[in-house]
Amino acid sequence: MGRDRLARYGLTSPENDAAVELGLAGGAWFRSAIPRKRMKELMRRADYPAVRDTAIWFGLIFGLAGLGIAFWGTWWAVPFFAAYGVLYGSTSDSRWHESGHGTAFKTRWMDQGLYQIASFMIMRDPTTWRWSHTRHHTDTLIVGRDPEIAVMRPARLVKLLANLVGLVDVPLAFRLMFLHASGRLTADEADYVPESERYKVYRTARIDLAIYATAIGLAIGLRTWLPVVLIGGPRLYGAFLFNLYGFTQHAGMGENVLDHRLNTRTVKMCLVNRFLYWNMNYHVEHHMFPMVPYYRLPELHEEVKHDCAPAYPSMWAAYKEIVPAVLRQMRDQEYYIRRELVPGAAPYNEPMPLTDGRALPLAGAVAA
Amino acid sequence: MDQWIAACAADDVDPEDVIPFEYDGKDYAIYRSPSDGYYATDGHCTHEQTLLCDGLVIGSVIECPKHNGRFDYTSGRALGAPVLVDVRTYPVKLEDGTVYIDVG
Repeated sequence: MGRDRLARYGLTSPENDAAVELGLAGGAWFRSAIPRKRMKELMRRADYPAVRDTAIWFGLIFGLAGLGIAFWGTWWAVPFFAAYGVLYGSTSDSRWHESGHGTAFKTRWMDQGLYQIASFMIMRDPTTWRWSHTRHHTDTLIVGRDPEIAVMRPARLVKLLANLVGLVDVPLAFRLMFLHASGRLTADEADYVPESERYKVYRTARIDLAIYATAIGLAIGLRTWLPVVLIGGPRLYGAFLFNLYGFTQHAGMGENVLDHRLNTRTVKMCLVNRFLYWNMNYHVEHHMFPMVPYYRLPELHEEVKHDCAPAYPSMWAAYKEIVPAVLRQMRDQEYYIRRELVPGAAPYNEPMPLTDGRALPLAGAVAA
Repeated sequence: MDQWIAACAADDVDPEDVIPFEYDGKDYAIYRSPSDGYYATDGHCTHEQTLLCDGLVIGSVIECPKHNGRFDYTSGRALGAPVLVDVRTYPVKLEDGTVYIDVG
């Protein structure tokens, strides 16, 4: 049962075609009504917030790396590299995300530059992942369409836990780098990366492999782990935080829905976490209006909260719901968390029975 | 063949903004640049058919509200992934405070 269901998530599974046929792919999603004038204010870009935050971010990264190098060979290096690892291996995810949307800066080349750097740090090919994330926004948690469903039903618990230290992502990233460097894509990637964009994938993989080969060569040649602790290694020892943030986005919630309030969470976080995560905790708002830059998401939250379920007051509160739900989905794959909207909110957008969140097999519905 | 249609009053569009216009069952987007030039394109993004009138105008660029794909609305040129196909543009003229577009 579980294995059969997991097979439905593949982009080459029959669920993909069925989702297209039933109108779930590229569907009409719910959005709160916000006056155009206000939306324009919220969408408006500025360079200052992201330049400031990026300068702080790089300053911390280079500063911590410098201190780690200075104390290399002593235990004093451990806390500096622990913090460096989290900034490199976890918070690059949110920078990758925001700059990939092109919303961090007003100046385009700044977004593009940060996107390339953050993609390297988080070990994602900037081209395939741009298209992957585009699909994620078109078909959020549509089974067989969304390539970015992290917690499936049933959850692959061992993989999720191993990935807290990158033990799934990193080997996969290198396997893909070698595949791409040889001029090929996976079948799933071929489903969403246009032909005209593929040369960029192959080129980037060759550059990335050359950088990692240099780091490994230096480590061997100089007989020290330092080069790989600085480059690539943080994606293992510093990866736990982006996973912990990331699971709060969608885990345990509805699949095959056309309303982000049914498949996405907004979680209140403290100032430090919001800096590290670049406000991606306002995730319902981000999915409803992906053009709003991260530094305006708290304002957007105020505009749409009358239409949503209450935001989770903390990560702890979110995980108190996520963990039992994911465990229950191990034996009951139709279960999902369905939250109650605040009084007066627009009702959930559920245009057909198949969009009720349980994610019953679509291919069967088409055949019937 | 030219077919000029009155689309809107000039003041209906704010500077550096876009509004929708529908004619004969087809959607168009009417733009006013920061320097008060008027332009028109097809109403939908060439990537996934999202209405461009909900997007953001930044100078001479329209950004699609769904995936942030960008076009130069003065030429229709697609400016990079995820938009790879240019959007069609239409001639525009301004007469007596009315914006006309040639849908012919």
